[in-house]
Amino acid sequence: MTTDAARFTLAPSRRTKRRKLVNVAMQGLATLAALSAVAVLALVIVSVAQRGAAALNLDFFTKTAATFGESGGGVANALVGSLVLVTLATALALPIGVLIALYVSEFAPPRVADLAQLVLDVLNGLPSIIIGVFVYGLLVVGSGQAAWKGSFALAIIMLPLVARATQEVLALVPPTLREGALALGASRWRTVLGVVLPTSVGGILTGTVLAVARAAGETAPLLFTTSIVANTVTWDPRQPMLSIPLSIFQLSESPDPADHARAWALALVLLSFILVASLTARTLLARSRRKLER
Amino acid sequence: MRTVAPIEIAQPHEASLSASDREAVFETRGLTVSYGKVPAVSNVDLSIYRNLVTAIIGPSGCGKSTFLRSLNRMNDLVPSAKVEGEVLYHGQNIYGDGVDPVEVRRRIGMVFQKPNPFPKSIYDNVAWGLRVLGMKDDLDSRVERALTQAALWDEVKDRLKKGAFGLSGGQQQRLCLARAIAVEPDVVLLDEPASALDPIATSKIEDLMHELKNDYTLVIVTHNMQQAARVADLTAFFTLERTEQGGHGVLVEYDETP
Repeated sequence: MTTDAARFTLAPSRRTKRRKLVNVAMQGLATLAALSAVAVLALVIVSVAQRGAAALNLDFFTKTAATFGESGGGVANALVGSLVLVTLATALALPIGVLIALYVSEFAPPRVADLAQLVLDVLNGLPSIIIGVFVYGLLVVGSGQAAWKGSFALAIIMLPLVARATQEVLALVPPTLREGALALGASRWRTVLGVVLPTSVGGILTGTVLAVARAAGETAPLLFTTSIVANTVTWDPRQPMLSIPLSIFQLSESPDPADHARAWALALVLLSFILVASLTARTLLARSRRKLER
Repeated sequence: MRTVAPIEIAQPHEASLSASDREAVFETRGLTVSYGKVPAVSNVDLSIYRNLVTAIIGPSGCGKSTFLRSLNRMNDLVPSAKVEGEVLYHGQNIYGDGVDPVEVRRRIGMVFQKPNPFPKSIYDNVAWGLRVLGMKDDLDSRVERALTQAALWDEVKDRLKKGAFGLSGGQQQRLCLARAIAVEPDVVLLDEPASALDPIATSKIEDLMHELKNDYTLVIVTHNMQQAARVADLTAFFTLERTEQGGHGVLVEYDETP
């Protein structure tokens, strides 16, 4: 009995103890790293909210900047500007992005599809300042800034995001559905339009919402295309418009402490929008996944 | 009527024509389908006759489904698939010049192994194909007729606007059959249509085939010998021929269903 217990001992040896220690340490480090990401996000949200909340009032949302020497005023022009800029950019990027995804996943031969994917990834990785300079050279030089030129630059940023998200959801559509439609004598395009797209609309919306959130926070592409100070509220995309991120920059450069408060408040507005958009996107995606998997 | 007497006993629903009256819908000549360089099914000569149920049977991997899919050019969807030989449909090669695969599939419908209804309402599942093909006159009655032919009408007539995913597997498969016959094809190909279904749903599909062959030519792939015996007038046996590259399917026997 005793000899057996000694031979088959289950108590940890020194070696096992050391391995256990390493295990615990690494697990702890990994957990800490994950927690730090959460902490950074929480810190950003809390500090922005703390400093920004005070300046949020009706004037903030409805008025434009006060003239020099007066107090008060708001950022209505930046809010309207961002709304117009991003809406226009979405109107450009959504249909083209979806068509790109359709080409890549439904029509292109495999080799071309791989290439197109690579191009999309590179486009996605382009620094946004480069896109800004490119659009500046293409559209702004000689004719001046305008909101639609800013939207064009934002659309270039959104394009690969929409296309990749659409592609991912198209890949989830069961091939048997396409076969079912084709076997009825439907053409490729009718199959896509009637069966593939309706099935994947949730995922496409998700990708679009995420792209919108990204575009709303982009500063660099707007710097060259629609940054001329525009102090009045305008809905005309042929005029230059202020946007939320640029406005945050301008306000924070101002000598007036009230402007700093407004910069924080504007940051809070942008942050809230992006958080809400991301959460909406997640919910949409979960719903469309469920629909696809039945 | 029949030339081979014992079959009359095995087939209570006997309605097939005598051998001399048969009209060939399909004739394959030296049909070889390869994926990449490897043939899946090789050198098949087979005639499929009008208003009969032809079963294609054989072990897994013998190319039965590949053969079936070559009859309505579904293999076109596989980029590496290559077809050699001819598939004559009423005398014209469906792989010939000037043949539109979309037109081929419009005349030769298909029901798949797993029920694959569209994520639409029951009504729209049947009506979609009709709309696509411009058969929009009398849509409601066309839908009703197709669902009735597929023996599904009574079960779904009160819930036509409900989603098709709410149906049971067997009902979904009959819906897919209704969808296929609604567009009035000439031939319906069935690729192991009952393999994902329970025995009761299976027997419903089998019963349907006896009804449907009055209006359509049916070709069914099955790996179930009994099923072939129950539904088919003619049975083609495929088997796997081992070669150095692996193996490919060949037709070994084609006769009245024993």
